[in-house]
Amino acid sequence: MSQLLDRLNFFSSKSQGEFADGHGVTTGEDRSWEESYRKRWQHDKIVRSTHGANCTGSCSWKIYVKGGIVTWETQQTDYPRTRPDLPNHEPRGCSRGASYSWYLYSGNRVKYPLVRGRLLKLWREARAVRTPVAAWASIVEDPKKRAAYTKKRGLGGFVRAKWEEVNEIIAAANAYTAKTYGPDRVIGFSPIPAMSMVSYAAGSRYLSLLGGVCMSFYDWYCDLPPASPQTWGEQTDVPESADWYNAGFLMIWGSNVPQTRTPDAHFYTEVRYKGTKSVVVSPDYSEASKFADLWLHPKQGTDAALAMAMGHVILREFHLDRQADYFEVYARRYTDMPMLVRLTKKDGHYVPERLLRASDLDGKLGQENNPDWKTLAIDETSDGIVAPQGSVGFRWGEQGKWNLEEKDAEGRDVKLRLSQILDKDHDDVVDVGFPYFGNREHDHFKGTDHPDVLLRRVPVKALKTTEGEALVATVFDLFVANYGLDRGLGGQHVAKSFDENVPYTPAWAEAITGVPADHIVTVAREFAGNAEKTNGRSMVILGAGLNHWYHMDMNYRGIINLLVMCGCVGQSGGGWSHYVGQEKLRPQTGWLPLAFGLDWARPPRHMNSTSFFYAHTDQWRYESLGVEEILSPTAPEGPWDGALIDYNIRAERMGWLPSAPQLQTNPLEVAKAAAAAGKDPKDYVVEQLKSGELKMSCEDPDNPANWPRNMFVWRSNLLGSSGKGHEYFLKHLLGTSHGVLGKDLGEDASENGAQKPQEAVWHDEAPQGKLDLLVTLDFRMSTTCVYSDIVLPTATWYEKNDLNTSDMHPFIHPLTSAADPAWECRSDWDIYKGIAKKFSEVAPEVLGVEKDVVTVPILHDTPAEIAQAMDVKDWKKGEIDPIPGRTMPQIAVVERDYPNLYKRFTALGPLMNKLGNGGKGISWNTEHEVDGLAKLNGVVVEEGPTKGMPRIETDIDATEVILMLAPETNGEVAVKAWEALGKATGRDHTHLAVPKEDEKIRFRDVVAQPRKIISSPTWSGIESEKVCYNAGYTNVHELIPWRTLTGRQQLYQDHLWMRAFGEGFCVYRPPIDTKTVNPVIKSKDNGNPQVVLNFITPHQKWGIHSTYTDNLLMLTLNRGGPVVWISETDARKAGIKDNDWVEAYNTNGALTARAVVSQRMHEGTIFMYHAQEKIVNTPGSEMTGQRGGIHNSVTRAVLKPTHMIGGYAQQSYGFNYYGTVGSNRDEFVIVRKMDKVDWLERPAQDGQDSFSGEAAE
Amino acid sequence: MASFLNTLIFGIYPYIALAVLALGSIIRYDREPYTWRSGSSQLLRRRQLVMGSVLFHVGVLIVFFGHLVGLLTPIQLFDLVGISHGFKQIMAIVVGGVAGGFAIIGATMLAHRRLFDPRIRATSSFGDNAIIVLLWLQLALGLATIPLSLGHLDGNEMVTFMSWAQGIFTFDFAASSYIAGAHPIFKAHLFLGLTIFLVFPFTRLVHMLSVPLRYFWRPGYQIVRSKRAAAE
Repeated sequence: MSQLLDRLNFFSSKSQGEFADGHGVTTGEDRSWEESYRKRWQHDKIVRSTHGANCTGSCSWKIYVKGGIVTWETQQTDYPRTRPDLPNHEPRGCSRGASYSWYLYSGNRVKYPLVRGRLLKLWREARAVRTPVAAWASIVEDPKKRAAYTKKRGLGGFVRAKWEEVNEIIAAANAYTAKTYGPDRVIGFSPIPAMSMVSYAAGSRYLSLLGGVCMSFYDWYCDLPPASPQTWGEQTDVPESADWYNAGFLMIWGSNVPQTRTPDAHFYTEVRYKGTKSVVVSPDYSEASKFADLWLHPKQGTDAALAMAMGHVILREFHLDRQADYFEVYARRYTDMPMLVRLTKKDGHYVPERLLRASDLDGKLGQENNPDWKTLAIDETSDGIVAPQGSVGFRWGEQGKWNLEEKDAEGRDVKLRLSQILDKDHDDVVDVGFPYFGNREHDHFKGTDHPDVLLRRVPVKALKTTEGEALVATVFDLFVANYGLDRGLGGQHVAKSFDENVPYTPAWAEAITGVPADHIVTVAREFAGNAEKTNGRSMVILGAGLNHWYHMDMNYRGIINLLVMCGCVGQSGGGWSHYVGQEKLRPQTGWLPLAFGLDWARPPRHMNSTSFFYAHTDQWRYESLGVEEILSPTAPEGPWDGALIDYNIRAERMGWLPSAPQLQTNPLEVAKAAAAAGKDPKDYVVEQLKSGELKMSCEDPDNPANWPRNMFVWRSNLLGSSGKGHEYFLKHLLGTSHGVLGKDLGEDASENGAQKPQEAVWHDEAPQGKLDLLVTLDFRMSTTCVYSDIVLPTATWYEKNDLNTSDMHPFIHPLTSAADPAWECRSDWDIYKGIAKKFSEVAPEVLGVEKDVVTVPILHDTPAEIAQAMDVKDWKKGEIDPIPGRTMPQIAVVERDYPNLYKRFTALGPLMNKLGNGGKGISWNTEHEVDGLAKLNGVVVEEGPTKGMPRIETDIDATEVILMLAPETNGEVAVKAWEALGKATGRDHTHLAVPKEDEKIRFRDVVAQPRKIISSPTWSGIESEKVCYNAGYTNVHELIPWRTLTGRQQLYQDHLWMRAFGEGFCVYRPPIDTKTVNPVIKSKDNGNPQVVLNFITPHQKWGIHSTYTDNLLMLTLNRGGPVVWISETDARKAGIKDNDWVEAYNTNGALTARAVVSQRMHEGTIFMYHAQEKIVNTPGSEMTGQRGGIHNSVTRAVLKPTHMIGGYAQQSYGFNYYGTVGSNRDEFVIVRKMDKVDWLERPAQDGQDSFSGEAAE
Repeated sequence: MASFLNTLIFGIYPYIALAVLALGSIIRYDREPYTWRSGSSQLLRRRQLVMGSVLFHVGVLIVFFGHLVGLLTPIQLFDLVGISHGFKQIMAIVVGGVAGGFAIIGATMLAHRRLFDPRIRATSSFGDNAIIVLLWLQLALGLATIPLSLGHLDGNEMVTFMSWAQGIFTFDFAASSYIAGAHPIFKAHLFLGLTIFLVFPFTRLVHMLSVPLRYFWRPGYQIVRSKRAAAE
């Protein structure tokens, strides 16, 4: 009754007995105080959810709710069990995920719709006398009014508004933009749908119905490894983490598993207990390094050299001096190594040209269908030339021969010849030139002084072709020559022993990488030795440490070569495991119609973000990398001139890359003009483009007609995290205060004679502020929100219903609403639904049912992917006719029903019944599923164009659409999909899904427990009770070809541009020189010594993935603000002590952070963990006078021409699949201690006043 | 007027202060058991704490018990044992002076730390700041009485204070009049002391009442609380 009275019990006996010889007593004292502790952990309910924007974990979490408030979260432990010889998946989760619930009720939560105050004032004034679209027009068409808010972006000044009002502003802006400039000027950026696919789909469905553009992310993040599509025709497919447990030899290369793959790391620990050997390759002493049996620490950025040297050892010991049976069989069946390559003369020696095709021979080997696309090899049994089945030519236009059976086109059994080394097999041995880049000067990377072209002796056969006699060699013989191995054929630049300093021996690699040659030999030998004994159970986990370099393809292909040489790809416990932002959208084919409105109109508008941002944040205007610097000395004749942006323009023009905006003229007007001219829109566009009347937007990105006008950012922190060239974004896209320190090519041309681009139109005055409206949806006030015009408060990951999948485990997982969105927040689905509704009300002011002309690049996995087989011809230069879908983008006309956009948004449209569904080159009928959805979700009963169609009203309705349509979650669809694939391959694959035909996973099933998905041909591995998911498994075991030119793993890249840039075969290329240090190093002395360091931005320990860096709990664990890591040596040179404030800068901009001085760091490098918010504890920069900067303040995206290649089998565009990538690790910064730490805590200088003064009026 | 004030402060105010002390502590103990703590800031910063805290606590405990025993033990008891008033006075000055010295050095360190260390300052409540200032002042006043006491080493003045203190507890309504002529410094010291009693239940001082002394004589090393009691 009373705490005090209850304790006044001096006369009662306290002890109720003793035990343990009087050392223990039992008492009867009051225990009611324990209730408070019990209540502390009591809760009303537990809800299953996960962390949904950027974490690959897809970990199952229990979200605890008490009194309607989310209180905390703990790890779920109820995954379905694995099989007896495999550890279970759980526990999954990490400290970052465990801290997420902090956001829900934190000060950082965005609670109400916010609008830039100046904009709202202008809007209300205009809206009082005008209709919505006219009101918006009156603001953005008046330069002064427009500048009144665009120039204040990032400087505060938000005021609250009502949903009704913000939706109207957004709808009016979208309608105005579509009418005035074209719907493709409305841009949306949101990454990684796998992590909350309905949230992603909400925005992308709205944009797609509107005709807006969805931007890619995987390539822009530089997480896409272009080596994967190049080699396999596959975006990225990797083993699940459980498969690490099946490996016999495990290399961790440039990846930090315990830090960035925390929930999966237990498999790494467990497999080491099983006895698996592990080698970790990492320049710094990373957390993963302590797991290693051997830690190799090459100089950063030289990984390709290390991989090449290992390849040298493996080829010598397992392929040349002795042929390991397993490796040889694998190479013959699953790689392009037996294929024949033409050699051409250049400068007195030969260079490898393209792969020999059936059409090169008289009679085309009897191949009428796609002879240009059928590669050739020599059959050992008949000694004749054959066209083996499985090359891309067999994939399109015929059926049943696209497989990896050892047969030729006629169905005869063949055994392909790998090498022509035997005297009887070759006609001659000739000098073949291979490019060498390791001799190029770089201030910070050591090279060797070997010549530009390394001549090696290669056995060749002479053939009669349609163009006369030609020499051909096998890929294998060229591949081996490229590695510099002596085969007794004489010649220079080949090594007999590992100690000779010849590219690519271990001794040579030691000079480049600093890794001792004997370590290289040991690792290579054990790696291959294990693979030979276990049939390929050697695995490499590789990551951002390798992939974020400009020449990432070389790092990756060097490693892929090792795996292919040893037959590891497609084998359980083997292969490549690239885990960088590769979150896998498992029910992809079910999701695509929902996300891109394919049920209403096809095709959607997609854009590769790297090229888009490079053009529209005007980073191209500052390009410092000349094409001649990266061109190969063995490049075929050609006009290899122009700037990087010119190559991108050519690629867009030839239909290789997508465009956004697409045409300089409003595509709605183009359709009208075509109709007025009485012409088919397709013909009209071709004609007009050819005559020059119609222009592609890419040719003049600074022309106001081509600016992106409206932009949505959701589920993303574009401006605080992924925006490479952050300061250029601020300057040119947003038009606000920025920290760009360098000069553009215009200013530089007058002073230093810099070359301006040839094809891109140059405006002396660069535009500042291309966007009329930037709308961000977020639950926290991120750096991106701070720079936006409108911030919409969205539901957190514990307040919405959604789906989530990962490639790290085979389950499909829900996000479930534990509590309604707090304050005025709404789920992404509801927000876009609201905007769509308002848009449908507002649009009729200017828009009705419109015809929209859409340009589409030549897409991978479509029949068009075989466009230009032999050469590259540009219609603009008159080399060839513009043929849509072959030499230029495909042209499509799409009907937009703007007044009914909302109705379309909320119903599953008629095209699913009409056209069916599919993906990756196969399709199937889906009427049964549409019918099922109509019964499950109910049908629209309101009058209108959607009456009777399945409803998609709520987020749960949307999840059901995905689950019903996808083969991965609907066994019936899986069987249909495998049947469809079987038609192409001529083989029966349905046995992979038939046992699960009756299985249908629904949303509430996964809420009850995560469910394992069903095997589907969308992916290259299988879901099975016998093996773990492993990439390439069905290629090897089901004989389904890789989706490449040869149908095999493509180690030789024969496209003209690949050869021009010296990457036909994998070579070592040192990092590029971005030239960003010297122009500014002496510009502003602050009295402290400076050091120049390589700027590296790894994934961090206290943020990203499952939470962000502004999370108080995480900030508390690590110094509470931005930090950079430097080595003790560099710190000493610069007089920096631990925890000092330092500034890092170059021509791109500047950033401020505290220094962590650590023995972990390799001298010469500086780490800044990426995505540390500018909004937390960041002082002003001495260089720019602006607040701090983020890690991307000192970077700038630099494009690589080889990533622009299209229309060439595996090198064809796919959204997030192939295309330019935003690399950033070749960058150097100047680092020095700050003299004065200025927090800028004073009113903004004149013209920079925040809105607060006016708000008070 | 002077006499009225004297009666108010030393005749009535003591009852108010003691009543608040007793009732306030009981109510807080009952209603807010989780606020009943010393509120240590050791986690935030150890600097100055160990030295300051030990000096302060050792000093202040000696001073406190010195006052308690010295003031409330009937004078007859001293006479019976044969402790002369003069000796008692000198003991009080010497022991109180040394202990008071320790305490004020400690209190100075603690007060400096509390008020000038930004982390501690940021996490301190008004009560936390006020009580250390009050205690410091009280110690200073106490030490300031030493020169006065040196002026009457016979101990008579001390006996007056004993009579007053014991008068309060024996409901002697004339108690306040015994010290009507005392030096203002003594009076200020008494007044502040009563005030500290008054604010006691509202501050961290309550931790005095919960010193875990039982640990010294509790039996056994493993304590098992019976389930039956918890079910009630």
